[in-house]
Amino acid sequence: MPAAVTPWWRNRRLIPWLAQAAAGLVLLVLVAFLLGNLVRNLTAAGLLLSWGWIDNPAGFDIAETLLPFQADMPYWRALLAGLVNTLRVVVVGLVGATLLGTLVGVAAFSSNGLLRRLARIYVEVIRNIPLLLQLVFWYFVVFLALPGGSAAIQLPGVVLAKSGLYLGSPELVNGQWQAPLRFTVEFSALLTGLVVYTAAFIAEVVRGGVAAVPRGQWEAARSLGFSHLQMLQRIVLPQALRVIVPGLNSQYISLAKNSSLAVACGYTDLYSVAETTLNQTGRAVEVVLILLGSYLLINLVISALMNGLNALVQLRER
Amino acid sequence: MYRPLRQRLMDLSPLDLRLAGALVAMAALSGCASDGGGVQSQKLAAIQSRGSLVCGVEGKLPGFSFVESSGAYSGLDVDVCKAVAAAVLGDPAKVQYRDLNSSERFAALASGEVDLLSRNTTATLSRDAAGGNGLSFAPTVFYDGQGVMAPKASGIQGLKDLAGKPICVETGTTTELNLADRMREIKAPYTPLKFQTSDQTYAAYLQGRCEAVTSDRSQLAGKRSSFPDPGAHNLLPDVLSKEPLAPATTNADPAWSDAVRWVVFALMQAEESGITQANIDAKLAEAKANTNLADLRRFLGVEGDFGKHLGLPADFVVKAVKAVGNYGEIFARNVGTGSPLKLERELNRQWNQGGLLYSPPFR
Repeated sequence: MPAAVTPWWRNRRLIPWLAQAAAGLVLLVLVAFLLGNLVRNLTAAGLLLSWGWIDNPAGFDIAETLLPFQADMPYWRALLAGLVNTLRVVVVGLVGATLLGTLVGVAAFSSNGLLRRLARIYVEVIRNIPLLLQLVFWYFVVFLALPGGSAAIQLPGVVLAKSGLYLGSPELVNGQWQAPLRFTVEFSALLTGLVVYTAAFIAEVVRGGVAAVPRGQWEAARSLGFSHLQMLQRIVLPQALRVIVPGLNSQYISLAKNSSLAVACGYTDLYSVAETTLNQTGRAVEVVLILLGSYLLINLVISALMNGLNALVQLRER
Repeated sequence: MYRPLRQRLMDLSPLDLRLAGALVAMAALSGCASDGGGVQSQKLAAIQSRGSLVCGVEGKLPGFSFVESSGAYSGLDVDVCKAVAAAVLGDPAKVQYRDLNSSERFAALASGEVDLLSRNTTATLSRDAAGGNGLSFAPTVFYDGQGVMAPKASGIQGLKDLAGKPICVETGTTTELNLADRMREIKAPYTPLKFQTSDQTYAAYLQGRCEAVTSDRSQLAGKRSSFPDPGAHNLLPDVLSKEPLAPATTNADPAWSDAVRWVVFALMQAEESGITQANIDAKLAEAKANTNLADLRRFLGVEGDFGKHLGLPADFVVKAVKAVGNYGEIFARNVGTGSPLKLERELNRQWNQGGLLYSPPFR
């Protein structure tokens, strides 16, 4: 008996394909319509994308830059210097938040009751206060209240003054501190705010990860005579990482995005430079596109790295 | 070239048709709201139907726009809002104030969130030009210049003393650029500390993070008057730039821009003509009684149809002056020597007294 011919509308391969194609087409038409609409309206308003301004001299200064910058350099260089400033606080912030967050997260399992409670209080207080308020607090209440000049807090090799944190044998020259390595109070306040805030969330992720390791693993480790530290280091944390890493990814991304609150404490990041650029050139659409693209790129890179790390720590079938 | 309608319709893409549909809908919506003697202003119609003027102000600047302890707004910029509201709606109290920081002000105006921006804004080419911010500036209500303020105890006497030092500045202002330009001219490197709001800027200055703060001289004087110890701060003699502060509207509605422009001129002309809040009723009676006072009669709307030309009531000048007084009275009340700011008139005198205020004739 010959096999019955399946009608095409019941073809299990064709139908999903057709559905996908139809959905894709609808999406394409929608995007084309929106883009067409944008271009049409921008043309009508005389705001069609143009990039000539980006080579014009910026004309404004930036307080602290890793990438050398002067007012007579073009806008793109100013934006790049802003991007580098953003990356600087994000990279240092990620490292700091991870260290602090892991410590606090692990402290939740400490045998010391006081430490456990302190970790809880820290997490609950910090994650329930808006970051913007915390940044304003760190900058105006903590860092700007530091004494300046010769009254600054001086430790061997470190000076903490109103104008910043100086490392590596600081000297007082004409009432101003000078040192090989200097972090301004703006950078320090932003970094502190981001690290303290993000660490509270990371601590919860770490706590969740550690809690996900079955009780039996702890007991087995203890019965083998591991110390508490060894137990964490050798048995629990490696297993917890599988749960922690995906959660960390979104916290890292939050930190990168939250860095755009820098302007609250006077740090000149990409957002701050973009805002000045926008105000001076009036090219709102272009500048916002640059901003969108930059933050998207930063976060995609963070995601890609974290996905790579995730693949490394996942359980491999043997 | 003539082509049949059907053929022309077929040339239109679906996109055009949709756009046309939207336009028809908009025209239908706006069609019922335009009156006032042939003046087509959607903005005026919208303000009238809403029953209030939405005015963008700074909100935290004593002398210009400031919330009093009673909760009411006051200041020179606020009085401009009140005068316009009185002229358009007949009541200076019908104003909704929106506090805007320097970076959001133009977007708020462009999006129509505020009808009028009366927020110590410097008129510049790039803000005025259609290819820039596309604003339409009303007459300058305060001729200002950028200045620098430093603590007396610091011993800083001029810009040169600020070389290598941090200076606080509000981001998104012309101030930021002028500072960069002047410091470059005198080859003095410096550190600009930029903040988004004036509150943050002055908080950082008062905390001693920067050696000086720069802004318009009027703003510095206004802020200084609210400092814990105003006497401890010096306005340096350097004037870094011209800062003509003017109310602004968008380019989108020229009739509305004209109405605002002439309300402001009316305040200046009233001072020049010696018309004050106190004597306006007497002047009006005088104009009505004496047909020979043609200038006064036209100015106060007793004869002629200037109000109608602008889409405003015939007696808009009377209403505006009654509400806030003439320019001189506004200045004296808010920023003059009798106020906490203690500013001299200087450039802000009438043209016939050596100043720059010059209203074109009401003709």
